[in-house]
Amino acid sequence: MDTANRQSEMLDYIAKQRRKRDLQHYWVSFALMIVFTVLAFLAVYFRKSINDYLIAFFIVTMAVVQVIFQLYYFMHMKEKDHGFPALFLYGGAVVVFVTVLSFVTIVWIS
Amino acid sequence: MSGANHVDIRTLSHPETATLEGKNKFLGFWFFLGGETVLFGTLFATFIALRNRVATGPSSQELFSLPLTFLSTIILLVSSLTSVFAVLAMKEYKIRQMQLWFWLTVVLGLAFLGLEITEFKEYVHEGLGYTTSAFSSSFYTLVGTHGCHVLFGVLWISALMIQSYKKGITTVTAPKYYVSALYWHFIDVVWVFIFTIVYLLGILGG
Repeated sequence: MDTANRQSEMLDYIAKQRRKRDLQHYWVSFALMIVFTVLAFLAVYFRKSINDYLIAFFIVTMAVVQVIFQLYYFMHMKEKDHGFPALFLYGGAVVVFVTVLSFVTIVWIS
Repeated sequence: MSGANHVDIRTLSHPETATLEGKNKFLGFWFFLGGETVLFGTLFATFIALRNRVATGPSSQELFSLPLTFLSTIILLVSSLTSVFAVLAMKEYKIRQMQLWFWLTVVLGLAFLGLEITEFKEYVHEGLGYTTSAFSSSFYTLVGTHGCHVLFGVLWISALMIQSYKKGITTVTAPKYYVSALYWHFIDVVWVFIFTIVYLLGILGG
């Protein structure tokens, strides 16, 4: 009985530590996402003095990096048992990539 | 003790996937999110292809404002954080905290919707109707579909919270809370691409 108690106490402690670490991850991800957002807006704010293509490339990169944080930390994709979620999401992303690619290269629209 | 199968829910670190039903909901919801990705992808593709076709109507450079977009973005980003805290509280079985964080998420979602409605009203006032140009149609369809998702999320999470006062956190309700938070994060993911591709690139022009 005593060992069982001690074991459950230990598991409790581990779970608590894990939640503490999760909380830290959330705050750090949130802070980084705010930073990426602010940088993207600043780049457009100073559009007069920076090359347009450079800004466009920069803000799209910022968006992709921010979304990776959102997916892996806020949507828990970094945790185990997320193979199928990744398959579904990246499957969708591949379809999106091909669709966008075809629409921007269609000669009779643009 | 209520029989051999009795398990104290507090010993489960993942109440949302503790049952087969919960696991199925988790998996099914991610499948749905894959489909949503494709839905928004097609709308984005249409918008990107048509964004310079303004006909006689106003262009994105004349309409969009950086401060307003920034405010909407921060509101939605903060609401994403509050919903992640709600799920964390759920895993600790702190129902009051979970309700507080989810209600905060709902309030922020409503604030975002209010901003979007005033923004659309202003655009219509400036002569950008739904059928004004290819740009206006694709713009309103893309951003409006996202707005509808925000509205649905607000209603869904509100309904779950009203239910939570009666049912609490169980292996039946936990998957619902978890999945609704996933939905809310996905809305923010879509918004990140909207503010970048529609608004920031629109203000940049070209």
